[in-house]
Amino acid sequence: MVERTVKRQKSLLADFLIHIHPRTVPAETLRFSLSFGLGGAAVALLCVLFVTGLCQLLMYSPGIDSAYLSIQLMYSETPLAGWFRNIHFWAGNLLVIVAVLHMGRVFFTGALSGGRHLNWIIGLMLLFLVLFANFSGYLLPWDQLAYWAVTIFTGMFAYVPFFGTWLMQLLRGGNEVGAFTLANFYAIHVGIIPFFFVVFSVWHFWLVRKAGGLVTAASGAKNDNSRAVVVPDLVSREAAAGLGLVAILLLFASFVDAPLAEPANPAMSPNPAKAAWYFLGLQELLMHLHPVIVICVIPLFCLAALVYLPYGRYTVLPGGIWFGGRGGGKKFAGGLAAGAGITFFLVFVDDTLIRAAQTRQGPDDIWMRGVVPLLLFVLLLYVAQQILRRRSVSPAAAVLVSAGLVVGVIISLTIIGIWFRGPGMQLVLPFG
Amino acid sequence: MEAGVEHQPDKEGRNRRSFLNRLWALLGMIACLEAGWLGTSLLRSRKNRSLHAPSTEPIDAGAVEAFKPGSVTPIPRGQFYLSRLEDGSFLALSKTCTHLGCSVPWDDKQQKFICPCHGSTFDKTGEPLTAPALRPLDYYPLRIENGMVKVFTSRVQSRSSFEPEQAVGI
Repeated sequence: MVERTVKRQKSLLADFLIHIHPRTVPAETLRFSLSFGLGGAAVALLCVLFVTGLCQLLMYSPGIDSAYLSIQLMYSETPLAGWFRNIHFWAGNLLVIVAVLHMGRVFFTGALSGGRHLNWIIGLMLLFLVLFANFSGYLLPWDQLAYWAVTIFTGMFAYVPFFGTWLMQLLRGGNEVGAFTLANFYAIHVGIIPFFFVVFSVWHFWLVRKAGGLVTAASGAKNDNSRAVVVPDLVSREAAAGLGLVAILLLFASFVDAPLAEPANPAMSPNPAKAAWYFLGLQELLMHLHPVIVICVIPLFCLAALVYLPYGRYTVLPGGIWFGGRGGGKKFAGGLAAGAGITFFLVFVDDTLIRAAQTRQGPDDIWMRGVVPLLLFVLLLYVAQQILRRRSVSPAAAVLVSAGLVVGVIISLTIIGIWFRGPGMQLVLPFG
Repeated sequence: MEAGVEHQPDKEGRNRRSFLNRLWALLGMIACLEAGWLGTSLLRSRKNRSLHAPSTEPIDAGAVEAFKPGSVTPIPRGQFYLSRLEDGSFLALSKTCTHLGCSVPWDDKQQKFICPCHGSTFDKTGEPLTAPALRPLDYYPLRIENGMVKVFTSRVQSRSSFEPEQAVGI
């Protein structure tokens, strides 16, 4: 009898972990280089964010007169609170990177088949939540960085056709970023977003479990169907990776402070005024294309493409191996290099030759900066498709090259926005 | 015959179950819509509260003689620029860039407004010189009374181009 209760207590933790995981998983999925532990890293970061967020709630005061001061007090009165803020800030930023890498891992190891369709969509929602959480938290310190980044980003919403202005006023709680904006963002950041994080993450984990754990190679499963027991084989690996990451994060946060600029001053934009780094690609595009294209057409197109990925006939790569097998990595890298090269070239040409030569552009600019680039893009897609058909390139190769192109464009736009834009948003050399 | 009798209720049961499941899904969707509507209407009430506030009293920008023709002067109290055009007429310009809402400083050397966020520039009538901004800067109605310039900052006017009527002569 006694023995039984002890045994039951001992298995409580294991039971809990078993309910998130299956009891056994295919042994081959334990390999670190299959997943690089990215999903687990995201979970670890989420836990850290919840805990440090709760601690900050005890110190922070969400008013435009007191917010900035309460942040300063975090560092002067109780240095521990400042450390928590640093951890929260760096974990939030790292989560953007980890979530995107995780998405890339899922796509490039073909983990979209076998009942994983819905989970890809849930994952997209989680990615949206990560970005929205980062962005809404960005305003809370009420410093110059926060104020102008949020002014720019909420200003973007005004370009959504038909109900854009309504949407912008709804987010801002008025016409300008002010006390009501801070109250809105505070409620969204500490209430609404954490709630949805819990709902969607649990759903996400459950669907991974339903699909039988991580993706396996279709051929390998027949030859090597040995299974590993989750407790302790998988759980110990997860704990080691997660705790290791948290340790590095805590150490980093104790040496590097989260940025805090001057208090917000609505009368003066800093020069240059930049959005948060994960939106700098968009900000860079805004300098070259018509706002409706950048704010509406491109994001909707990207979203549609991402949602379509798991349902496409050719867009799902072979499962359980990176880049669909041998040589795939090279194709992806080729696309990546081409995308980056094209982007840097176009940005440079547009900045130095075209935009400099144009002294005046009227509102009819939607043609030169909107419709013409779009038509060119569609034409390029068509030409690429024709070439692929003539040369009978395999669909997987085409998918890898185009994925590389898109990723290359996004990364280089972001890099240009972060490091190559100086005062007045002129092109400058980084660190110069 | 017997098998048929046995299968009949089974099939019916399955139909009933799938109908009930669909009903649940529909109810769930309605609940989501309702929650969304509730959330936005709560948020909206906040927006309306802040829109009530502004007073209709004009702001005194200063005496007419204090502004030279062809000059642009920031008026910090009202958060706007008073631009006196070459012909001596006045134009009160909003400091908010029409692109994404940054506040634009006046560059006296280059004689234009240069937005620090995305590099849009505007001339002293508020017309855009370079993209990405497409619309001219908003302006405020103003009146000249007893040699003083009075600006109604509560009534912001947006426009698609500069017209001479927007500037007020003496």
